[in-house]
Amino acid sequence: MTDDVIQLLTPDGDLVQHPDYPLDVDADLLRRLYRDIVLTRRTDIESTALQRTGELGLWCPVLGQEGAQVGAGHAMRPSDYGFTTYREVGLFHVRGVDPVDLLHLYRGVSHASWDPQRVGLGLFTIVIGSHALHSVGYAMGIQRDGADEAVLSCFGDGATSTGDVHEAMVFATAFHAPVVFFVQNNQWAISVPVARQTRASLARRAAGYGMPSVRIDGNDVLASLAVTRALLDRARDGSGPAFIEAVTYRRGPHTTSDDPTRYRDESELQHWEALDPLDRLRRHMVKTGALDEAFVVDVDAEADALGVRVREAIRGMEDPDPLGMFDHVYAEPHPQVTADRAAMSAYLAAGEAS
Amino acid sequence: MTSMTMVQALNAGLRRAMDNDPKVLLMGEDIGPLGGVFRVTDGLQKDFGEDRVIDAPLAESGIVGTAVGLAMRGYRPVLEIQFDGFVYPAFDQIVTMVAKHHYRSGGITTMPIVIRIPYGGGIGAVEHHSESPEAYFAHTPGLRVLTPADAAEAYVTIQQAIASDDPVIYLEPKRRYWDRAEVDDVSPISGSPWTSRVLRTGADVTLVAYGPMVRTCLEAADAASEDGVECSVIDLRSLSPLDLGPVVDDVRSTGRCIVVHEAPVVLGVGAEVAATVTEQCFFRLEAPVARVGGAYIPYPPNRYEQHYLPDVDRVLDAIDQVTAP
Repeated sequence: MTDDVIQLLTPDGDLVQHPDYPLDVDADLLRRLYRDIVLTRRTDIESTALQRTGELGLWCPVLGQEGAQVGAGHAMRPSDYGFTTYREVGLFHVRGVDPVDLLHLYRGVSHASWDPQRVGLGLFTIVIGSHALHSVGYAMGIQRDGADEAVLSCFGDGATSTGDVHEAMVFATAFHAPVVFFVQNNQWAISVPVARQTRASLARRAAGYGMPSVRIDGNDVLASLAVTRALLDRARDGSGPAFIEAVTYRRGPHTTSDDPTRYRDESELQHWEALDPLDRLRRHMVKTGALDEAFVVDVDAEADALGVRVREAIRGMEDPDPLGMFDHVYAEPHPQVTADRAAMSAYLAAGEAS
Repeated sequence: MTSMTMVQALNAGLRRAMDNDPKVLLMGEDIGPLGGVFRVTDGLQKDFGEDRVIDAPLAESGIVGTAVGLAMRGYRPVLEIQFDGFVYPAFDQIVTMVAKHHYRSGGITTMPIVIRIPYGGGIGAVEHHSESPEAYFAHTPGLRVLTPADAAEAYVTIQQAIASDDPVIYLEPKRRYWDRAEVDDVSPISGSPWTSRVLRTGADVTLVAYGPMVRTCLEAADAASEDGVECSVIDLRSLSPLDLGPVVDDVRSTGRCIVVHEAPVVLGVGAEVAATVTEQCFFRLEAPVARVGGAYIPYPPNRYEQHYLPDVDRVLDAIDQVTAP
């Protein structure tokens, strides 16, 4: 294989179809993708602002990676299932996760952000690479059910160094599981550049496991959609796992606690700003007449309303009842948890009485 | 009733669980045509097929991590870790994912996974094949920990572990794998596995053990009885939850308690037993709670293990100490 990336939308906004990954592109599709990227970006901006004003403990910005994620999200069928890191805000949005639910975790009131069964997305794992194995196990379950479904497994360039991701590739290929690994190579694992994770392109690794891989322009929402859809279709059809390396860039900090000025150069940022996924899509829509003024105003208004709603919900969010921390440790009653809960309850009651 | 070794009882229990629930599947290394290195899964792949008895790649984290995904999909994976000392590559998945998933999902997603681990020493094995890692798991909220003491127990509790909607670390005392017992493999499964069992009552000393040390304590109680000291023997059976009610009740009458396990004494399960007994029986104790177990060293080469492992004589020595006037 070569290290060339597949690109359907040039940075200037021209559509160039790829023979292996044809995509029907109409104004309606473009508008849906545009809207989803704008709303993802707004969720990101509002969340950072809420962290900066002390309403959230942390936030993991997604700026720059929205195209890869929104494209992949549109490639999934509702019946497919996804596993992600904390940064797949674009995928959360496309799958219907309410941003307010998402922020429960960063507000510190819950470890869970959504109902996995309803959304078709596993709860993201914070331990890097861990969920790659869950993806494969879930896909093995699909296989055993004989279901017409596939799994999208998202992680980053840093995760590819973990043992769990290696084992996930081994299990996926050994069992021919219907899973597509979607790696966003955003060039940085906190402060460590991708060159410290690998000397060869990440996409080249797949061949060693015996599965096909495709390297795509991760700032091209159409390439992400077309390639991910094709490989999910292939997995559903029983042709086994595949690997996508989406070459993109994390323009924000790793988290709101990070300071990228300590480890990367401003010029790098400028390079990637010029390749922004939303600007590129907008250029194409302007050229093809798919972006009328009324639509833009509508989407902006929707984003503004989203921002207001998220801010109000988070600022008004009460702390949980202290005894809630004892809930759901076990599915069936466990005497130790029951005893510890009773002790806390008695202690709190004594404090209120005195 | 059928006479079975613990290996045969586990095999029969797994078979019955698989017959009763099509969502139960087994995964592990060498569990297919070979039947597992201890033959616990002997014949099961032949009867249930490769989709339900899965020979996994040689990767423990992969086995446990994929089981998490299978559980999310509605399956009930029963995993075999080949030996105690090989569970550590999977420790991350067990502690960070298996143990916590029901909690972090707010009760939406259960993790009905059983992780079977042959544990303990006494079989003359090489390094990493004789360890007692139970305290790590019992110390982790979200896990349940069971360890059968004999074949009859194994037959019943493996099925109860599989039926539990919580993850269960199922520790099999490998030195007792070939001990025989009469197993009731006909009656419906009943009773709770999450309780201790009082196997013998005596007026003078309460012996507390689990897994491989239960038989040792029963033998020690027989020997002590010949010297006129009557011991109770309590099998904890479940290390999470710990059911210390029967222990406390018994120590209130004997005034003396000895906890026995193979794992290092320091910060082991016995420390929790001793602390609870001291808290709840303080004014009834005739002697400090004694602990008999491993030294604070890695499991030694097997020519040392007769000295490392608690045996009847060491339990009798502890009995002498707590009954000394």
